[in-house]
Amino acid sequence: MMTGARTNTLATLRGSIEQIETHGGACAFNKARLGHAEADAALKGGLAVGAVHEVFCEGHQSAVATGFVAGLVGRAAARRPLVWVRQDFSELETGALSMSGLAELGLDPRCMVSVRAADVESALRTAADALACDALGAVVLEVWGGARQLDLVASRKLTLAAQASGVTGLLLRVAAEPQPSTAETRWIVRAAHSPPTTAWNAWGAPVFDAHLVRNRHGLLGRWIMEWKCDECLFSEPAAHPQPVAAAPAHRSHQAQSVFKRSGYRFA
Amino acid sequence: MGTGSREENASRKGSRVEPDRLSGDAPCIVVAKEKNALQIVSLDDAAAQLGLSIGLPLANARAIAPDLTVFDADAAADVKTLDDIACWCDRFTPLVALDPPHGLFLDITGCAHLFGGERALMQAVCDVLTYQGFTVSAAIASTSICARTLTRCISGQIVADGEEADAVDSLPVSALGADEAIIRGLRRAGLKTIGDVAARAPHEIAARFGAAFTTLLSHALGEGDAPISPRKPPPDYIVEQRFAEPVTTEDVISATLSRLATTLVKSMEKQGKGARRLEASFFRTDGAVRAITVDTGQPVTRGEVIDRLFRERLEALNDPLDPGFGFDLIRLSAGRTEIVVQEQRDLDSHVHDNDELAALIDRIAARIGAKRVVVHLPQDTHIPERAVLAAPAQQHLSASTQAAWPVRVEGEPPLRPLRLFEKPEPIKVPFATVPDGPPHHFTWRRAVHAVVRVEGPERIAMEWWKQDGQVLTRDYFRVEDEKGLRFWIFRDGLYGSELVDAEGKPAPPNWFVHGLFA
Repeated sequence: MMTGARTNTLATLRGSIEQIETHGGACAFNKARLGHAEADAALKGGLAVGAVHEVFCEGHQSAVATGFVAGLVGRAAARRPLVWVRQDFSELETGALSMSGLAELGLDPRCMVSVRAADVESALRTAADALACDALGAVVLEVWGGARQLDLVASRKLTLAAQASGVTGLLLRVAAEPQPSTAETRWIVRAAHSPPTTAWNAWGAPVFDAHLVRNRHGLLGRWIMEWKCDECLFSEPAAHPQPVAAAPAHRSHQAQSVFKRSGYRFA
Repeated sequence: MGTGSREENASRKGSRVEPDRLSGDAPCIVVAKEKNALQIVSLDDAAAQLGLSIGLPLANARAIAPDLTVFDADAAADVKTLDDIACWCDRFTPLVALDPPHGLFLDITGCAHLFGGERALMQAVCDVLTYQGFTVSAAIASTSICARTLTRCISGQIVADGEEADAVDSLPVSALGADEAIIRGLRRAGLKTIGDVAARAPHEIAARFGAAFTTLLSHALGEGDAPISPRKPPPDYIVEQRFAEPVTTEDVISATLSRLATTLVKSMEKQGKGARRLEASFFRTDGAVRAITVDTGQPVTRGEVIDRLFRERLEALNDPLDPGFGFDLIRLSAGRTEIVVQEQRDLDSHVHDNDELAALIDRIAARIGAKRVVVHLPQDTHIPERAVLAAPAQQHLSASTQAAWPVRVEGEPPLRPLRLFEKPEPIKVPFATVPDGPPHHFTWRRAVHAVVRVEGPERIAMEWWKQDGQVLTRDYFRVEDEKGLRFWIFRDGLYGSELVDAEGKPAPPNWFVHGLFA
């Protein structure tokens, strides 16, 4: 148990670290409400706009994570231009991003500019460039597999660019292990079943098992989130069994164990 | 009558550079196979003095001079060399035309005074090319054909306007560069010089040798002119910087480029133009020329934008700019320009988002290539893989922002996958219980997926009116597996009607996964 004095000291320290990070408190994030009440509470109002967020997933879950990222884009920067940077290899491995599919999710394909980069370096460079352009709403950088180029320095550059321009940066890391980074939040996403009670022909709305494993300014958590295509909003799925295993409240940002744990499943 | 248009023709004898360099005293010849025999196509002075001539078979040549050095002709290398020389000649005039196999036309109208007059210009061209090991013969005349005719016989002649007929009068007819058969015919008729031919009535010559030859003759005599066809269309604006001392350092080069960009923008501004295509040419002292082109989606009117685009482009070059012994000329030209409408800036910051987006696209395209930055246009077709066209963003940005996409059906879950494979991937499906029904489980990428939920089929027939041969109808199913992953799979062909074997019995269908839902 912590005594009151220690809690106080901890709070003061946290406050001063925050001040250093945000250059004297000059920049407070705008928040985009996700629509999922608990997630919004953990994120203190919603997803931070003008910051970098990471979404991780396993190789075969790439489409699910893509959908989740598309949802975050829809919340953070609806109707503003979007630049989606991806590697050539990613397209071969997981299929091209389909504009019809994006339109079905409630996003506007007219706002979308795709960039196909040959390798990680040029993808990273392009994303940093795009993040610095304040005419955009969001920039998605999609990288397949581990990339040593995406280190702390690169991540810091992206964060600074995003802060300066107010553009939201989203890193979609397929089949990658989380590394230290300066991202505001980090999610691990996998597919969840369609709710069992829905009618036989009305299933199929995107349902995500989203695990918030890093949050610089709030609590962590794990939720089943459904994407409402018509309202362009996340929500709690009706009558859906929530995961039984409660996620630990705090853990180190190296949440590698998630991938290594075998026999992991939810009810 | 090419009044004022002064052409220079630098005709080059000797097919290759190497023989001249290697020669010393030993005679060198270049041979090529013609009518199944190796014949001399070019030779150096030493070989000519031994009595060899072009067209002589190699066996005869060897009999005359046993210690010949023989090279094989390389037509491709010849063409490339001529092209490289033409690139170098760009420094004198933007209008350089090839006259294969060994000649170049330079339209020096209005350019000569920049190099100290016609005589000095011709001297400069000849000196540099001679220094590089070429044999050069040059002439300046009012028509290109007249200049070419002169170079075949005498080098260094400058013919004033109106004196063409006198200049070519005494030259042999072979100098005209007409067909071998025509030249032979003229000789047989006793017409040895161009003056002899010109003395005859034109209709006599035309009746015997064709109208094309009469035209050629009249051009050689300065009585008419055909325009040359330059290698590149002349750019609208050119600014350049010459250096007394060749520059090698990157700082000077980039500083020069930004200075040139400012000058270029100023001259375009006077006429309300903006550049859509820019080309920077770097002329090396040793004659090599490197040109780098940048295209933009919107007309560029600011020097710093040009500067930044070139910096991006130069940084991303696969084979970086190699100054070698230095550049002595850097040129910036606007190849394509457009009229720019000046607009009042709006106070609302989002109004000009599109301009900024276009500028960003230009920068990215300059670095990684225009084809890698795309926008998406809907197509009028049901076939999923053709429903969207990815078009280069620089040209189609405005079209894409105004495109009309099909409206999504309210209340339905997504009916099209978020990830679509360009080529549907085959899956293994054990025989379904209902032949034209969905599968119970399937194997994709070595993993088995048990189907928990199915929706379908959605039948998509191929466009038979666009294709030859038989195309199969596809039955698409949306399926969800036990992990919650959602797939878009299809059976290729209708069971029992389209899918039959040779005896008319139903054949097993092929299944594919075409996309993945979120």
